[in-house]
Amino acid sequence: MKLTLNMSITVQNISKSYNKIKAVETLSFAVNEGEIFGLIGPDGAGKTTLFRILTTLLFADEGTASVAGFDVVKEYKSIRNCVGYMPGKFSLYQDLSVEENLTFFATLFGTTIEENYDLIKDIYIQIEPFKTRRAGALSGGMKQKLALCCALIHKPKVLFLDEPTTGVDPVSRKEFWQMLKRLQQKGITILVSTPYMDEAALCDRIALIQKGKILKIDSPINIIEKYDKTIYDVRAKNTYQLLLDLKNHPSQYSVYAFGESIHYTDKETEFDSDTLKKYLEDKKHTEIEIQMTKPTIEDVFMDL
Amino acid sequence: MNQEKIITVNNLTKEFGSFTAVNSISFDVYKGEIFGFLGANGAGKTTAMKMLIGISKPTSGEATVAGFDVKTQAEMVKKSIGYMSQKFSMYDDLTIKENITFFGGIYGLSRAQIKEKTAQLIQELNLQDVADKLVKSLPQGWKQKLSFSVALLHEPKIVFLDEPTGGVDPITRRQFWEMIYAEAHKGTTLFVTTHYMDEAEYCDRVSIMVEGKIEALDSPKNLKQKYNVDSMNDVFLKLARNIE
Repeated sequence: MKLTLNMSITVQNISKSYNKIKAVETLSFAVNEGEIFGLIGPDGAGKTTLFRILTTLLFADEGTASVAGFDVVKEYKSIRNCVGYMPGKFSLYQDLSVEENLTFFATLFGTTIEENYDLIKDIYIQIEPFKTRRAGALSGGMKQKLALCCALIHKPKVLFLDEPTTGVDPVSRKEFWQMLKRLQQKGITILVSTPYMDEAALCDRIALIQKGKILKIDSPINIIEKYDKTIYDVRAKNTYQLLLDLKNHPSQYSVYAFGESIHYTDKETEFDSDTLKKYLEDKKHTEIEIQMTKPTIEDVFMDL
Repeated sequence: MNQEKIITVNNLTKEFGSFTAVNSISFDVYKGEIFGFLGANGAGKTTAMKMLIGISKPTSGEATVAGFDVKTQAEMVKKSIGYMSQKFSMYDDLTIKENITFFGGIYGLSRAQIKEKTAQLIQELNLQDVADKLVKSLPQGWKQKLSFSVALLHEPKIVFLDEPTGGVDPITRRQFWEMIYAEAHKGTTLFVTTHYMDEAEYCDRVSIMVEGKIEALDSPKNLKQKYNVDSMNDVFLKLARNIE
């Protein structure tokens, strides 16, 4: 991989094992300055291990990595001054108030809330009415906003967000992503992980990651456009029976439930949806609808 | 769908001091139905669910679950239901067999029944090779599938699933939903909370709670038509936009 000066994060052949379990295996990628880069994958994919290595909290077994131009091992102190990290688990002080938490983190980095208020303003005004409330007594969405403020208060160049939206409802998730876009406009590079496939589309580029390995890196649009299988959206009155019958269709390649319908792909290039319709009619299905549909990141992920 | 009511809720209310967490909600759930119970963080879902599983007393209103009154027959309610959540599933430091035995005992099964159920469950889930291994050695997805099966050990009429699929990979998530479908097919009622809006679309009907009240209740298809949007995610955003 080419190392260029405007790379904000570089990861080269990073591996880390815990006893016999390989958490991440020879990972390599680079994140451009000002980019929102997503690590998309389920629990156990190695996302948190990677975050801990990049934030200098954990040594890799092999490989090298740099953040904002600094080596994660030799120059760890410089990295700690210029990155913000929001771990997956809420790790602010539950017994301190909203304001006390923020002041504490500002002081640690030798700054004040006033000095960098501009950066956090949009987010902080939403929790400011509760600034005397203990952090432990905040709702999920508010905790997450406070954690983001604390990670931003020293004006970091690079922001690491480990599953910031897990367990958060769709409304708060949407707001959170709007905040990230605004931070990006201020020149902050963001590495964010999520198990929600629909959030992938909001990143500039994503890495699909599973069991410690990167399966694909590209922009969400390219990942979808390069997918070469035709997906059919199949519906019928009895969805569960439909699922079972599609799985028994002789030339089926994959059958996955997708909301109200089922996504079906076939092994045959000459596949004709009328044949499938007839097969389902013979199985006594009613209200059958078969339509070609656009793949989603989730379709691609499941086929890797 | 079967029209036999398995859960009935009438003006159910829960107050904590001056705060009304659940504000006079009413709905019915039918036998064999997959019922999605949605709402934003803090909308009152968990409080409502706690009342339905008999661990929190309503301030006012009535609810029956499997024919039992949640106020006066809470112990009978607990015996007739299964419960599973992502946060509380199995004991990591017990083996798979020990967990099944433990939960079988909790649910009041006899030794003979536990033995039979254990063998059956291990075979169905293909866990023969790992039955004597600690649960913590299992991948997350397997744990969740096992934990769902354990919630079904005593053949409850209703199973409450509280965010059962958080953080699971998309294939496992679908395998999990196939288990849910299969169970509903046998006539079990599934009461599910989730933050994945695509999962809401797997439900026969969904309710959406906003600030303690049920603002919408219908099939995903009808809700999408009513709000003139393409996905449950958009329905949710339209209804819950004014939160916080």
